[in-house]
Amino acid sequence: MPDYPKIETAGEASLIVYLAAEASPDSAAAVRSLGDALRERLGEHIEDLIPAHASLLVIFDAHATNHAAVAGELREIIARLQQGRTEGGRLVQIPVYYAPESGEDIEELGRSSGLGWEGVAELHASREYQVYAIGFAPGFAYLGDVDDRIARPRLATPRPRVPRGAVAIAERQTAVYPADSPGGWNLIGRSPMTLFNADADSEDTAMVLRAGDRVRFRPVDRDEFEALGGVL
Amino acid sequence: MTALLVEKAGPLSLLQDRGRFGRAALGLTTGGPMDPIAAGLANRLLQNDADATLIEISLGGLELRAEGDLQLAVTGADAPLLRNDEPAASWSVLDLDAGDRIAIGHPRRGCRSYLAVRGGFDIAPRFGSTATVLREGIGGLKGGALEAGDRLPVRTAARAERRWIPEGARPAYAASASLRVVLGYQHSAFPQQEQERFFSSAYRVSRLSDRMGYRLEGPALSCDSPGMLSEGIAAGAIQVPPDGQPIILLNDRQTIGGYPKLGCVLSLDCAALAQLRPGDTVHFAPITTDTASRALRLAAVHERNRRIEPIAR
Repeated sequence: MPDYPKIETAGEASLIVYLAAEASPDSAAAVRSLGDALRERLGEHIEDLIPAHASLLVIFDAHATNHAAVAGELREIIARLQQGRTEGGRLVQIPVYYAPESGEDIEELGRSSGLGWEGVAELHASREYQVYAIGFAPGFAYLGDVDDRIARPRLATPRPRVPRGAVAIAERQTAVYPADSPGGWNLIGRSPMTLFNADADSEDTAMVLRAGDRVRFRPVDRDEFEALGGVL
Repeated sequence: MTALLVEKAGPLSLLQDRGRFGRAALGLTTGGPMDPIAAGLANRLLQNDADATLIEISLGGLELRAEGDLQLAVTGADAPLLRNDEPAASWSVLDLDAGDRIAIGHPRRGCRSYLAVRGGFDIAPRFGSTATVLREGIGGLKGGALEAGDRLPVRTAARAERRWIPEGARPAYAASASLRVVLGYQHSAFPQQEQERFFSSAYRVSRLSDRMGYRLEGPALSCDSPGMLSEGIAAGAIQVPPDGQPIILLNDRQTIGGYPKLGCVLSLDCAALAQLRPGDTVHFAPITTDTASRALRLAAVHERNRRIEPIAR
């Protein structure tokens, strides 16, 4: 029997499905398709779904269903998904002003990689990323994978305040901070885009990205950054 | 409009409904009352909807003044309750006249009290819920804890019958708790002897415990799990970071995380845990998912049959 997918108990009213050992665009797309299909099948019996890099946590209403019934549904859906093709998510463009004045760590990254800070920016903007998960804070999207040459561990001491819009790297993941918060990722630029709006009228407008979407960063200069509403 | 005015807020008083469900994909956690049993009884005494917004008061210190006549009930931690500086009954519907003052003191036992008003507080929901999550800055009045000067509007509702929960029918709060655990997640990565140590040891509630999680101090646990990917965290998850000291993740937990987990504490026991204070102790006992389901059904029956009686005149 293959190791994946595997379904484990999480708690009294939850199961976790592991779809792969590693995160990849395929795993992210499969997690998303599985979640969508499960909502369609079980509707109100699902209290919440938490998609992550290669897993889906399924929280159900323990008074309406149980572990065995939900696991059965999951196995059926997985079998069907494996026969079909899963669809990739939407492609979202995020403008970024890459510069030493907008990304405190980009010069150091340029030096240690030998690419120069402009090279770091170019490499970061040169590929498409997958939204693996949303978490840590509302609207914080984990994107991957970053080119090995600019992958860096988290800072030994996190900064007490990272500004909203900061574009950052940790290991092979990259993210845009949706709000001012403490943070230990390496800062390389700033986006003027609002990724999470807590005052939005609806969920759909509150948040730009969903797990399973794809992202491309578009380099902009300081003038365009400011024209788009960015403030340094 | 009828309202309660906050005169003193205490260390941590938060507006809560049952919680924010179905929004984890946005990174939003659930929030909601840490002890949903006591919170539910406050609303039930007043014949409110189970999801009506009330106040969770951690370690007392809340003082309010009534603007208009209203009814309220205080449940949860065993804390002194004063109306106009005179002792008043907890676990009971109280009638307040305009200008009356109500104060909740520091609990003798337990940690969290719940104050509900007939009709519930009239608070605009954010993402489907009024639950305040400080870390997210979402819910409540402006995403924050109550402060002196806050005015909490009360929804209009017909008067509720004056009822109380007799002393023998109330939840009891102690300085220790036995927590049932549904094994799950990476539990098989914890060697047998580590699991035995966990289930046979007492752990102390650390000072660093809060609404995100209760940190415990006791025998360290190690596991064979190599690095793992971040994954969704269920309520009550027992997370073991590299220092081996378990953390039980509660209402305001982050939605995803990458530390190994042994399983989850039964929700009924999370409510008891949330009434413990630093220095109190816990033990753990493993149960199967079937036993957990039976315990939940039994608790629901017990709750339906709880004695709630009219107050004799």
